[in-house]
Amino acid sequence: MQIKSRIVNKTLYILLSGELDEYTAQTVRKNLDLLLDTQKGFVQIVMDLSELTFMDSTGVGVLIGRYKKMRECNKPIFITNPSRNAERIFKMSGLYEIMPKIV
Amino acid sequence: MKNSMEIKFKAIAENEAFARNVVASFILPLNPSISELEDIKTAVNEAITNVIVHAYPEKAGEITMKVSTTANKVEIHITDKGVGIQDIERALTPFYTSKPNEERSGMGFTVMESFMDKLEVKNNKEGVTVVMFKELEPAVVGI
Repeated sequence: MQIKSRIVNKTLYILLSGELDEYTAQTVRKNLDLLLDTQKGFVQIVMDLSELTFMDSTGVGVLIGRYKKMRECNKPIFITNPSRNAERIFKMSGLYEIMPKIV
Repeated sequence: MKNSMEIKFKAIAENEAFARNVVASFILPLNPSISELEDIKTAVNEAITNVIVHAYPEKAGEITMKVSTTANKVEIHITDKGVGIQDIERALTPFYTSKPNEERSGMGFTVMESFMDKLEVKNNKEGVTVVMFKELEPAVVGI
């Protein structure tokens, strides 16, 4: 599981690449938190899931954890390019109500 | 034609990708669509995650996974010999998690129910068996 990031116009774009399951979740949590703590000069985050080849509901827990962390500093997170199954899980869980999908 | 397989593996997160990909490989001769394959892989992974997270609080035990296919029907049994589920009805409730401090969504069984045609969860004398069914669409359909 790889995480790439770049800041464009005060937006932190995070590209998650690979498979997000119980095995990779702990590392993803740690690396996302490190990224969010060390990057400066952004006011919002866009999670790009276009290269996420597998995700189950473990991914919802990981994303909600980062949402809670960023809520403390008023930085919204948006989701983009989810797979068909990720989309179904997000809709089922109501995730888009707190982390809206953008196209 | 009927076909079946059974494997046993240690209930550790490292084996999740192995388990879901084994099932996907086994059902490939049935010509599932990409969507059906993804549905089954996701549901299997949810069931395996449940065992890893809940069944063996002390020491990782074993998971037995049986898959059988008949024509276009897939039946998957995932069994552990762990602590069991105290209240199955509650565990099946969307968003319920017995570990609220661990960033868990409580959506595992809901995803299994939604992605498969039928889900059964039962406590055994020792541990839990989750049974999931899915009927695949015919390989050739009129459009």
